[in-house]
Amino acid sequence: MRDKHYTRREFIRNLSITAIAGMSIPLLSACTKEEVEDFLQKHFLEMTEEEKKRLIAKLEERYQQKYGKKFQISTKEAQQDTLWGYGLELSRCIGCRRCVYACVKENNQSRYKRQLHWIRVLQLKRGNLINLENSEHYYNPDTVPEKGYVYLPVQCQQCQNPPCVKVCPVHATWQEPDGIVVVDYNWCIGCRYCIAACPYKGRVFNWGEPNIPVEELNTSVHYLGNRPRMKCAVEKCTFCIQRVRSGRYPACVEACPTGTRKFGNLLDPKSEIRYIIENKRVFRLKEDLNTDSKFYYFFEG
Amino acid sequence: MEKLRETLKETWHFYMKTLNLVARGSKAYYAWCLLLLAVIIIGFIYYLKQHDVGLFATNMNDQVSWGLYIANFTYLVGAAAAAVLLVIPSYVYHFKPIKEIVILGELFAASSVIMAILFVMVDLGRLDRFWHMLPLIGKMNFPQSLLAWDVLALNGYFFLNILIPVYLLVKYYYRKDPNWKFILPFILISVPWAVAIHTVTAFLYNGLPARPFWNASILAPRFLASAFCSGPAIIILIFQIIRKVSAIHLEDSALFKIAELIAYAMFLNLFLLGSEIYKEYYSHSVHIAAFEYLFEGLHGHNLLVPWIWSAMAMNVIAFFIFLVPSTRRRLTTLNLGCLLIIVGVWIEKGPGFVIPGFVPDPLGEIHEYIPNLLELMVSFGIWALGLLIFTLLMKVAIPIVTGEFTHTEYEKEVTGLRHR
Repeated sequence: MRDKHYTRREFIRNLSITAIAGMSIPLLSACTKEEVEDFLQKHFLEMTEEEKKRLIAKLEERYQQKYGKKFQISTKEAQQDTLWGYGLELSRCIGCRRCVYACVKENNQSRYKRQLHWIRVLQLKRGNLINLENSEHYYNPDTVPEKGYVYLPVQCQQCQNPPCVKVCPVHATWQEPDGIVVVDYNWCIGCRYCIAACPYKGRVFNWGEPNIPVEELNTSVHYLGNRPRMKCAVEKCTFCIQRVRSGRYPACVEACPTGTRKFGNLLDPKSEIRYIIENKRVFRLKEDLNTDSKFYYFFEG
Repeated sequence: MEKLRETLKETWHFYMKTLNLVARGSKAYYAWCLLLLAVIIIGFIYYLKQHDVGLFATNMNDQVSWGLYIANFTYLVGAAAAAVLLVIPSYVYHFKPIKEIVILGELFAASSVIMAILFVMVDLGRLDRFWHMLPLIGKMNFPQSLLAWDVLALNGYFFLNILIPVYLLVKYYYRKDPNWKFILPFILISVPWAVAIHTVTAFLYNGLPARPFWNASILAPRFLASAFCSGPAIIILIFQIIRKVSAIHLEDSALFKIAELIAYAMFLNLFLLGSEIYKEYYSHSVHIAAFEYLFEGLHGHNLLVPWIWSAMAMNVIAFFIFLVPSTRRRLTTLNLGCLLIIVGVWIEKGPGFVIPGFVPDPLGEIHEYIPNLLELMVSFGIWALGLLIFTLLMKVAIPIVTGEFTHTEYEKEVTGLRHR
């Protein structure tokens, strides 16, 4: 064998081969079995019952591995003759944001490096309500409510005529028979057209990998609701689909200390929400846009 | 068998010759291509980072959810549309050489569409799920979603703008007359299709009542008017370069005529913008907020103000340069006008159009957006890729058009010509 003297050409060649090999490792290892499965996953509404079952089993196993916790993933469908509606009594809201944080916890929203909120509470100077340009989103006094202000909580208004569903190029978001607008997080391509279309800022985006401390995870989840999510897909309030389809109130309704928040079935003439609509002075945000929202604000009297 | 061998030989010849054409050139050509390649590689490396961590790597957020990428996309769709619309005046005014103008315009349109589509792709959070948008294979929301319309319109336009020049070039390569009965319908349909892609892109924004800044019916006409300024301005510059580096002869008068048309388009563009400004400022409803943010700043937030005013100044100066015959007909002022328009219109309908749609947001929050280094680098990378594609296309297409690069049968003739 010859002496091992590298010529410059050999050195450059070896260096480039090593570089190419080195670069292909992340590319190849990027295609794990999980990712191939995800890549080929069908749209939720096109899956058979059997396929849904397999998907749920797979997800439960994955969550077990990732978080070391046993998840209950429901795919419970809408109940017959239900159309969920929400009532919010503005004269009672004190702006404490307990609903915001109850929602974050219940629905497994990302906590750090973009904390996501599905509910926003706006602080408005008394005398304003419709022009939100002077609203304060990040008010932070020692105690609430502050004198001279009113508070306007806003979340997805579950429009009966939702602009977000209309614009989605891939049907990744749709309205369920009980009126809840849901997202198939595994079908969303992350184009954010729905965010541009929503007049209520009802949608938020996981700009990076969502981030939740394991001990704070809520393991009772719905596939179309609060299951742990991935980066770069859109998400939104689902009226706590995992709760309301099992006969419970949304987390924000339960968390509110002042009884501001009401919830019920619009098709049930004896429900609280129907009582409110028939007996209180209700209005809906941006009614002029004809979104026909199912989120009714009202005042006492 | 003999025929097959002949075809294979000819194909081989074509490929080798193409390779030769692309790989050889002047020092300036090498420098240009290497520069573009370097920018592409840098852009790609930055994109890999974005792909890894998600759109978190950009400066976009829930308030301003579209940024520099979508701004560039909007601008490039306009450039692509205008390149083909130039075919109409070329026929009307008998620009010489028309055949070159058509081929060049369509190849430029194809390159612009590639860039526009790439800008949408890098903006997608989940590029891995891109196939969900494909008709039949995925679950395309057609005809409800305007984005679905845009995918169809842009791809159809891309197909047309590849088919037509490739067909014509193949015919010229074989020194045969094109079968006009076959190709003319495609050329004719590419003109309304050009209008369509830009209209659909305007409607994409236009149909959102949540964003009053975009929700103005004047939008599609404005888009077309501004595209008819920036597209031809780019073409004028490209024509001059091509004329310098190739055997194609292009009369000055054609350039001056295009410049005159730009002046009319710019007048229309400024007029339409003026109409919008009048309506917003005279009625002075709450919907004026985005205009105020853009032109004078809102509650102390005024990031876009210097940009839009520079754009306004550039557009108005360019309008006068192109309106006055003596400045229009001098190459130095003509080129200055073109540069002013390219930049001015980019600001006006790129960032100056996309960002105010999000400021203030529907709940009144004001969040200012400025692209970060990564977004800039990825954008430069895509622009460089588009320019490289166009350069290489030109490197092959021009010799075919001039007859230098041709079927083996006629090769001797060409070399004979050259020696004489």
